Amino acid sequence: MPQHFDLKDPQLESRIYGARTVIAICIVVVLLGIVLARYYTLQITEYETYSTESERNRVQLQPLPPKRGLIYDRNGELLADNRPTYILSVVRERVEDLEATVAELQALLPVSERDLEIFRKKLNRSRPYDSVPLRLRLTEEERARLAVNRHRLPGVVVEAQLMRHYPHGDLFSHAVGYVSRINEQEVLELDETNYRGTLHVGKVGVEKFYEDTLHGEVGYQNVESNAHGRVLRVLERYAPKPGKDLKLHLDSRVQRAAIDALGDRRGAVVAIDPLTGGVLALVSTPGFDTNLFVNGISTANYSALRDSPDVPLYNRAVQGTYPPGSTIKPFMAMAGLASGLVTPESTVPDPGWYKLPGDSRKYRDWILRIRGTGHAPHVAMKMAIAESCDVYFYDLARRLTIDGMHEYLYPFGFGRRTGIDTTNERNGILPSTQWKRGALGVAWYPGETISAGIGQGYMLASPLQLAVATSVMASKGKRIVPRLVMSVDGESLVIPDHDPLLAPPENWDAVYDGMREVVHGKRGTAKALAAGIEYEMAGKTGTVQVIGIAQNAVYNEDEVDERHRHHGLFIAFAPLEAPTIAVAIIVENGGGSSAASPIARAVIDTWLDMEPG
Amino acid sequence: MSDYVRQLPHQGSHDMARPPSAISRLHIDVPLLLLLLVLTLYGLVVLYSASGESMAAVTRQGRYFLVGYVIMFLGAQVSLQRYARWAPWLYLGGVALLVAVVLVGVGAKGAQRWLEIGGFRFQPSEIMKLVVPLAVAGFLSGRLLPPRFLHVIGALLLLALPAALILRQPDLGTALLIAASGLFVMFLAGIGWTYIFGAVVLAVASAWPAWLFVLKDYQKQRILTMINPETDKLGAGWNIMQSKTAIGSGGWEGKGWMQGTQSRLDFLPESHTDFIIALLAEEHGLRGILVLVSIYLLILLRGFWIGVHAQTGFGRMMAGSLTLTLFVYVFVNMGMVAGLLPVVGVPLPLVSAGGTSVVTLMAGFGMLMAISTEQRRVVT
Repeated sequence: MPQHFDLKDPQLESRIYGARTVIAICIVVVLLGIVLARYYTLQITEYETYSTESERNRVQLQPLPPKRGLIYDRNGELLADNRPTYILSVVRERVEDLEATVAELQALLPVSERDLEIFRKKLNRSRPYDSVPLRLRLTEEERARLAVNRHRLPGVVVEAQLMRHYPHGDLFSHAVGYVSRINEQEVLELDETNYRGTLHVGKVGVEKFYEDTLHGEVGYQNVESNAHGRVLRVLERYAPKPGKDLKLHLDSRVQRAAIDALGDRRGAVVAIDPLTGGVLALVSTPGFDTNLFVNGISTANYSALRDSPDVPLYNRAVQGTYPPGSTIKPFMAMAGLASGLVTPESTVPDPGWYKLPGDSRKYRDWILRIRGTGHAPHVAMKMAIAESCDVYFYDLARRLTIDGMHEYLYPFGFGRRTGIDTTNERNGILPSTQWKRGALGVAWYPGETISAGIGQGYMLASPLQLAVATSVMASKGKRIVPRLVMSVDGESLVIPDHDPLLAPPENWDAVYDGMREVVHGKRGTAKALAAGIEYEMAGKTGTVQVIGIAQNAVYNEDEVDERHRHHGLFIAFAPLEAPTIAVAIIVENGGGSSAASPIARAVIDTWLDMEPG
Repeated sequence: MSDYVRQLPHQGSHDMARPPSAISRLHIDVPLLLLLLVLTLYGLVVLYSASGESMAAVTRQGRYFLVGYVIMFLGAQVSLQRYARWAPWLYLGGVALLVAVVLVGVGAKGAQRWLEIGGFRFQPSEIMKLVVPLAVAGFLSGRLLPPRFLHVIGALLLLALPAALILRQPDLGTALLIAASGLFVMFLAGIGWTYIFGAVVLAVASAWPAWLFVLKDYQKQRILTMINPETDKLGAGWNIMQSKTAIGSGGWEGKGWMQGTQSRLDFLPESHTDFIIALLAEEHGLRGILVLVSIYLLILLRGFWIGVHAQTGFGRMMAGSLTLTLFVYVFVNMGMVAGLLPVVGVPLPLVSAGGTSVVTLMAGFGMLMAISTEQRRVVT
């Protein structure tokens, strides 16, 4: 150490040091006091806040989605069940960097743009610590890959969840409908609490109509989980109440017979049990694989379905409305008898055409083109129905008037919804003067009444409405409400019928005679069906023009575009003495009723074969 | 001369009443040793819970403590004159090592702080925590006190050079700690209040330029996070929110040893190292905090007592500086975990898991003991 000239003063140094130490101790005590005050504030004053916060960290309330009710056909065959699948979800609060995590997950397994879009929307609506699904239906391999990388991905969880599955693919697409991911609109409409944890909701068909029954009630569990979102133990559990199972009237064998018989043609088949109103088959072709919708259908698949000229998403059986054509004639006959304008024996002269008094226009009978003359010089009811005589019904229509027709056809269920338990049902049109003024703002022309008599013109009916009317005919006036669902969790659903349609037995017998002749008569329009038949069937054919044909032009099936061919229709019920099935069939552009009638035979054969006894 | 006179009564009481005990011959300060034993034991108990009931972690920390106590013991045997003689050479060596860190150092997470020699890694800045106060105290004690202007400048340069090198690594926390340890020496040496107030004014005035030009983004982020952790709930704010939750939910009694949910369920970050006091607060409550703070306070007071009773200016300044540095550790750690201060990497002395800080701290306590037993050494 170098020497200094200044003299050191140890006493002064010691005194200064002592003073500085006192200051230092004061500062130390004050600062420690501040720190302790801080701990006091956190631990005593704000204890409740942090205690709650800590408890919220530790314990999560997890919704337990209920198991969706199953759907069976009348024989107990599963039409919709639930299968365990694995879902990849993210808990945002536990992820350090959401974007990086999503990117990392995308590197591990495919995540589509649509998945991401749904994920982000859900994320915005989610509550703190909710697990938000990013990818559904993980494969074994994807699960393995996630398991391996789990330690690197805090906040990423793989959860098991039951998901809807339709074992029969497109066989029941329109009858059962499907579930799909809940969309933004539905989020607003559904009960937020009950649908916490639920990913899917019924979109159409039985799945939608019975959504409340099928869904069940949500349950909850309190779980202790760590900061990485891993559940360590379940503290408390309130079990969810599973949805109720539905048993349908549908018979998958009848349904399959109808689809097989339709083949690749566009059309619809509805079969009803006239005693109960149970729908035995409800087919619209082409169908589609409902499983596609469960996990969010891809854009390509969806636009293919949406843009197909065959409109597979359209349920022809309840949404499709067609002119009933000659299938209206048995109901017209009932109207004629009820109004007293005709008797079973009264006749109409038939030259092959019909003219209104004071009008030059000729209303042709379809037979004129084939035979050059009418069905017979004088046609009575039985022959009029059996051979589908147009002139007979032109004349009846004129005398009944359009409003008379409306009055007598309305009880058969035309022109209004049947009230079936599915979605998207349409009204159809049963014209009247009042209807035309209201809908078109124009007065009714007498000429329009004539073609209305044979089911052409304004009248439109869905295959379901035709089947219901046929069922009323088959049960001689029992006006059922058609039902797809037979029972809920084994408890039968009882839907009261409408007031019955009352008519004297001889009226029914007269029309039955005609309808029987359609199939079993020598000149019946569907006599081909009688070959090898072991029961008696009542039926009525119908052929509907798709494009207008000029007065004298001849329709040649081979020359017209497929889309312009006539629609083929057929209604039937059997067995005649005690009917257990009523069907209505339409084959779009089938060419004529002969395209539709064999389908009825196939459906009824299948149904009657299976019946016990 | 007067130093010698003041020793007389002590000399008398020691030499005449009874022969020097084994303890005093070993240069052990008994109260300090007892306090340290209590503190390290408490630390091990807390660590057992923090490590998830890992006996291995406790054993490892126990070994560090053992090494620490040996170093403390050895440090206590070195005479103060020798420390003072070594100070310039230790200082030059330390600075050389810091320069070496700049040139050939290794690092992690963007900070270059370590030197690697034969597979053994160490942090030269850690050594400087002791060397800088030694050097400054050595420099000032040889001069007339209170220090003159030129001496103040000299001392400032002595502490500024290593602080700047460490800041460059970058390691703001350690740089500030080291600068502080030097400044404490100057404060205790009795530099004029003009300097002190001037420095305070300068510090406040330079805060804004420092924010703009010196602080790195992550450092600014830490300060912002401290001020308002809720703005960044899932990022940097997460740690502070979780540690505050851990502390607050402990209440007065605590959740019980090994019952802290915040730490056990991994919500609390670094629960066995820098944030261990949050676990202590959660499991042992405010009671546990008061016990811990009491132990620290007693150690600090013993340190000040040793300083006041030291025989030389060098010893006084060293004792005071070491004591105040220990306080800064405690204050910064407790403050940052409770959200009072920005998060810097400062462990809780002798409680946080880790070996480096144990070695430095215990070497410091060894020096304190050397100072405390200096008078007896003079006699023997």
